[in-house]
Amino acid sequence: MSLLQVNNLEVEFPLLSGKVKALKDISFSLDKGERIGIVGESGAGKSVTAFAILNLISKPGRITNGSIWFDGANLADMDRDQIRNIRGNKISMIFQDPMMTLNPVLTISTQMVECLQAHRNLPEAEAKKIAVEKLRAVQIPAPETRLDQYPHELSGGMRQRVVIAIALISDPALIIADEPTTALDVTIQAEILQLLLELCVNFNVGLILITHDLGVVSQVTQRTLVMYAGSIIEQGPTRELISSPLHPYTQGLIGALPEQTTPGSRLNQIPGVMPSLQDIPEGCAFHPRCTLAVAKCQHQIPELKGKTSRLCACHLVDDADA
Amino acid sequence: MFAFLLRRFGQAVIVMLVISLLSFSIQDQLGDPLRELVGQSVSEEIREQLRDKMGLNDPYLVQYWRFLKNALQGDLGTSYFFKRPALDVILDKLPATIDLVIAATFWILLFSIPVGIFAAIHPDHWFSKLALSLSILGISIPVFLTAIFLIYLFAVELGWLPSYGRGDTITLFSTWKTSLLTLDGLSHILLPSISLASVILPLFVRLIRSEMMEVLESEYIRFAWAKGLRRRRIWFLHSFKNTLLPVITVGGVQIGIMVAYTILTETVFQWPGMGFMFLEAINRVDTPLIVAYLIVVGLIFVVTNTVVDIIYGLVNPTVTLVGRPT
Amino acid sequence: MNFSLERMRRSPVYYSFINNKVAMVSAAILSTLLLVSILAPFIAPYDPWDQTAFDIMDSEYPPIGSSGADDRFLLGTDDMGRDMLSTILYGTGISIAIGIFATILQAFMGISIGLVSGYFGSRLDSFLMRIADIQLSFTTLMVAIIILAVFQAAVGLNSYERYALLMIVLVIGIAEWPQYARTVRACVLAEKKKEYVDAVKVIGLRPMRILYRHILPNTFSPLLVISTVQVANAIITEAGLSFLGLGMPITKPSLGSLIRNGFDYIFSGSWWITFLPALVLIVLILTINLLGDWLRDVLNPKIYK
Repeated sequence: MSLLQVNNLEVEFPLLSGKVKALKDISFSLDKGERIGIVGESGAGKSVTAFAILNLISKPGRITNGSIWFDGANLADMDRDQIRNIRGNKISMIFQDPMMTLNPVLTISTQMVECLQAHRNLPEAEAKKIAVEKLRAVQIPAPETRLDQYPHELSGGMRQRVVIAIALISDPALIIADEPTTALDVTIQAEILQLLLELCVNFNVGLILITHDLGVVSQVTQRTLVMYAGSIIEQGPTRELISSPLHPYTQGLIGALPEQTTPGSRLNQIPGVMPSLQDIPEGCAFHPRCTLAVAKCQHQIPELKGKTSRLCACHLVDDADA
Repeated sequence: MFAFLLRRFGQAVIVMLVISLLSFSIQDQLGDPLRELVGQSVSEEIREQLRDKMGLNDPYLVQYWRFLKNALQGDLGTSYFFKRPALDVILDKLPATIDLVIAATFWILLFSIPVGIFAAIHPDHWFSKLALSLSILGISIPVFLTAIFLIYLFAVELGWLPSYGRGDTITLFSTWKTSLLTLDGLSHILLPSISLASVILPLFVRLIRSEMMEVLESEYIRFAWAKGLRRRRIWFLHSFKNTLLPVITVGGVQIGIMVAYTILTETVFQWPGMGFMFLEAINRVDTPLIVAYLIVVGLIFVVTNTVVDIIYGLVNPTVTLVGRPT
Repeated sequence: MNFSLERMRRSPVYYSFINNKVAMVSAAILSTLLLVSILAPFIAPYDPWDQTAFDIMDSEYPPIGSSGADDRFLLGTDDMGRDMLSTILYGTGISIAIGIFATILQAFMGISIGLVSGYFGSRLDSFLMRIADIQLSFTTLMVAIIILAVFQAAVGLNSYERYALLMIVLVIGIAEWPQYARTVRACVLAEKKKEYVDAVKVIGLRPMRILYRHILPNTFSPLLVISTVQVANAIITEAGLSFLGLGMPITKPSLGSLIRNGFDYIFSGSWWITFLPALVLIVLILTINLLGDWLRDVLNPKIYK
């Protein structure tokens, strides 16, 4: 029985120029304690997927179809109080830039304790003790002194640790991390990722890690989804996906990594750019940039399918399998 | 905190010196104290002697120094019209203006905060749209016109409220006369305070609304939602505290504008405050009173600005009033 | 900058304008006011500035439609026997003229100072901005009252009447330049950070040329927006000054002076002497503010992607 089951999720943004589909028929699942990654370029729909789960999509966007099953209930159907019970409690989120995530005028203590007190009846002293515990778990030195400090008094890395501590504070079953290391110094990135990995393993917490960086998913996740222009185009165990990608887009992504290039030669690029959501081409969204495209790719949208745990949405892969 | 206060005090002193210099220069140019004292028929020689005795022929800087010395001792000259020390006249009229400002501030805070917050949270609600339209109207009607309209409607046509004067007062601490504690006084202050508030209130509504709307879009608010906090807490603690910061800053500037607007309001209502006194002093070319007013207003201004800065520093933790080691 | 009617018609600004009833109506009313005030010398039935052309026996006639009105005066007469319609037409012209000239003066000063201050930076910048801060902390109205009062007392009423308009424009213009300077300076600082400025510097363009050709065009949007606000504020300030008797004299009245003139008469029933100019003043300011609001929304890059 999976922890999270997303079925045929669709998200629309009604703009002045017309309705734009940010997510088209997204389906995936997550088991208890499993760590998956969602990769893709900016605008592919990764963050929208994350926000959709907790119904935090910025207006005027909304879920127009599909279901999100968690703990026996459909998150997409919930009313205000029900979803409030899930947020910060059973499912937590971590955002990208910890300086923007923490409220600058409130103390660390306030921002941690309120997360606990919003979901259970705890006296403040108790809640503070749990907060210190979690600060210790994320390896912040001298955790008691941090409680009365303000976000601007901490370094970038420490702030993100605090954010992770807040995410863990109610012992959630799942953490959704949206580009958690992108805004941090390169030297800190590895530390934070390692921390995240250890915490998830030790506390058996599920993780959805969203990033544009393949190196990051390879470090932390067990399974990876690749998104392009609002759809999932490939899925599979991370190690396999990176070592032998099926979809031409994924192949392009891996090929474009600097590690794959011999020093002195040009970097491999995928020609063109990902289309904006208002201008998605007919058929396979990737076909204008795909060097292997055939006639079928221009008219028919490929389905995400596969025989094993490797799923791929490409006609060529499909035909080869058959 | 101490270093901060010291620095602000230093700035305040410099500003006051500049104001006093400018005021003194005005005094120098305007009017002839001798004429007020002595009259036309006195001979020229006696005039010259009097000038010497009064020190009016001394060099500029000496006269300025004398002016400064006197001012620091509370002597700002004697009003030509009232024939009393200028400072006394001002202190007499000050409570009336303070009453007016307090009443206007009351209206402003009472309405702008809830309306601004509501309009930010529910921007498409009919009430928000109405509030916004009324705001533009309020900003577009000059303060003295609001005053005139209110007088015409409530005093002339309907006869419900008085159109001038202050009404009954009660004396507190044996010197401070306030009209806020009598029913008659309240009926007199109603229209003037609403007029004074009418230009600043819409400004605050728009300011609070736009700042709060920006705050509501910020990442930390989205994070607050993601934590599963209650709406009320997100709106009134997380959002409002951040909204307050720019509002305090702008609000501080508005106080200066309020002082100028009291002149207009008091003139329309013949409210016996400092502003009305100032205007009459201008018409009568009562130079000592004019100069004294400028200095007192300058002082009020500097003090209020400093207080606003301190309040801002207390509310905003990223500003270090106290040297906090990071 | 190529400019063609076709291009304008297809721009998002035009699109927004055509679809915004408020903006269109405001623009229409404002243009009408502008037009009639410019044409006032030609279309006004009487000349209110000609001290010999009116008769005190004609005073206090109400507007047409009320009892006791006189056919010669469409909107009635004031306490001196002057035709209300004519005084309002001329008065509107003066109010608008002062608003525009004062704004042009502050714009000219403010933009120049802001450009220089922002571009050359360092000590010059801190010095100029310190002055700007000090000026900003003193409200224009307060400063104007003081300066005009002193001026009036110093030169006497006759000279005052001759120079009133000039003085008002000067005072408001000089008091408000920091608004423009700050806006321009902020733009300049933002643009300076962008790469194209370094690129152009490397080519070796002189600073002045860089300022005018490259940076200035990027400041047009915010400057346009604050200009509407500043014109409206100038008109309001002048009206307040005239109402206090420190602005335009009653012999060449602006709308503010007319309102001042008629104030005492609302108690005796002659409401039109104050309220008709008041109405025109409000409509004038309101339409400028509404257009300014629309302009701000339409030029806001955050909303129109």
